[in-house]
Amino acid sequence: MDNKILDIKNLSITYEADGAIVKAVNDISFSLEKGDALGIVGETGAGKTTTALAIMQLLPNINSKIAGGEIKYEGIDVITMSEEKKREYRGNKISMIFQDPMTALNPIFTVGEQIAEVIRLHNTVTEKEASKRAENMLEMVGIPKNRYYDYPHQFSGGMKQRVIIAIALACTPSLLIADEPTTALDVTIQAQVLALIEGLRKENNTSLILITHDLGVIAETCEKAAIMYAGEIVEIGTTEQIFNNTRHPYTEGLFGSIPNINKKVHRLTPIPGLAPDPADLPDGCKFAPRCKYKCEECERGNIPAFLVEEGHFVKCLRCRDNQEV
Amino acid sequence: MSKMLEVSNLKKYFKTPSGMLHAVDDVSFDIEKGQTLGVVGESGCGKSTLGRTIMRLHAPTSGRVIFDGKESGSFKESAAEIKEHHKNMQMIFQDPYSSLNPRMSVSEIIAEPLINYHMYKNKEELWRQVYELMDTVGLARRLANAYPHELDGGRRQRIGVARALAVNPKFIVCDEPVSALDVSIQAQILNLMQDLQQQRSLTYMFITHNMSVVKHISDEIIVMYLGTVVECASSDDIFKDRLHPYTKALLDAIPVAEINNNRKERTLLKGEISSPINPKPGCRFAVRCPYAEEKCYNFTPELREVLPHHRVTCHYAEKINHLSVNHRED
Repeated sequence: MDNKILDIKNLSITYEADGAIVKAVNDISFSLEKGDALGIVGETGAGKTTTALAIMQLLPNINSKIAGGEIKYEGIDVITMSEEKKREYRGNKISMIFQDPMTALNPIFTVGEQIAEVIRLHNTVTEKEASKRAENMLEMVGIPKNRYYDYPHQFSGGMKQRVIIAIALACTPSLLIADEPTTALDVTIQAQVLALIEGLRKENNTSLILITHDLGVIAETCEKAAIMYAGEIVEIGTTEQIFNNTRHPYTEGLFGSIPNINKKVHRLTPIPGLAPDPADLPDGCKFAPRCKYKCEECERGNIPAFLVEEGHFVKCLRCRDNQEV
Repeated sequence: MSKMLEVSNLKKYFKTPSGMLHAVDDVSFDIEKGQTLGVVGESGCGKSTLGRTIMRLHAPTSGRVIFDGKESGSFKESAAEIKEHHKNMQMIFQDPYSSLNPRMSVSEIIAEPLINYHMYKNKEELWRQVYELMDTVGLARRLANAYPHELDGGRRQRIGVARALAVNPKFIVCDEPVSALDVSIQAQILNLMQDLQQQRSLTYMFITHNMSVVKHISDEIIVMYLGTVVECASSDDIFKDRLHPYTKALLDAIPVAEINNNRKERTLLKGEISSPINPKPGCRFAVRCPYAEEKCYNFTPELREVLPHHRVTCHYAEKINHLSVNHRED
């Protein structure tokens, strides 16, 4: 039980846009054990990044609101933390790698300074010590330390992403959130970056939340996977359960949509239709309008999650023979 | 079967302040009618420039392009000739967000090529054609007066497809048409493109960096690295034999959405793509190649047939793949 590093219960987040309430995340719950890697998969607008920003407590407070639920990091509620505490917690305990390496770095500071900054902020060290540690971080991610005084524009995309990883890991956080860390990169560079994250994670026993739309990346790096659709986690379990015992029709649809390199398929079976507008979500199951198995009951009320096997939860009425959670 | 496109020794260099950038360097291939040629490679390998040069959006530096039996894409073509050329070959662009004019409605965008080529007798016929095209690509007619910003990526890309089909081309260059789309939408567009190919016997040149997409849609594949073709074979053969060290690394790097316990160890490529400006002689992949020997740094390998209908640009393809040297006799 106390092995849980992160525990999220019934979290809901809304945005306000043009007077309308956008329900970005709806009643999601999951937890993460120390050293575990959880992959969150979903398409554009599924609420993956919003969830990550909520854990980081980086949601823009002008137009977003945590409408309910709790986020506990090592037993402490982060939503009610003081601003000062939050600053200490971000970067030090939890770090985030942002999606776009091209814009996540400050163009007017050298990459070395940007790594040293994090170290100085969270530790009482001298400038010299900080830059020494920053140099070590650079080497750890495979960049020669004589590039300390180079600016971000002198780096390629893959190198920039390494710098961002170095910044994120500079204070050896116990939880790393990586939001589409390799989406902007070429496959051979993606493989390098994933291997790097994996290696560093094993070394420091860091927990990882990996957000991606690529099921392949999940299969290679995560032990657990959560599938998000329209702000809900529709299926969660170990990666093996999700891949080999797929239960939710949306997850099934995702697998049918990707061409598999190892198999010859003449025609893909895409999911018909489009994801619903988060400002106007349908009643009942959010996926029902696109679902080939839908029945009348799917379009009413709240669909609970069912436990289909140890650790494998599915939000679908087709699994209702199982225990309701 | 006859050839739709024959490209020989095509080169496209760009002048840059630091020297000549060899974007496409001595590329030769052909595409049979009704087939799909997949062009894969990572960013900066010249695949988009290749497509644009064939489309004559860039004037080639040298080389020949024979389209449907007729020489085209020479240096001296006039604007009128290029326009005529585009009646038979069209392009679908990568980014459905920036490739559509935000000030034109859906129907105006689709009508534009028809108006350009005077392919209608009266207004009524023009709009009838536009509506038919919208039906063909699966766009609801009620969207005719919508503007691109009102639509999602998948629908926008359908506009791009309809616009390319408007003049009834024989050949379409598709430059990363699904890369900006979510997987479930990507599958819808891929299916649409395959259906259209069958209905209209279209020939595609499909440029992408996504190996699983390219395998799914292509008959033949060329793999590019730094402006050159490193491997060229049928889709099945490339994935089965992967003769070039770069192809091996590229295919190894793809994360497969499958769980199996006997996952093979992958060879991670070291380093990054080198500069395409004033490249030195020798194999361009040599600096990253785990098998490189001295010869690779000094002599540029030629594209040669190593297995039947399977060509590779590598001095040591036989050695690396343990092929018997006498394979051509059997």
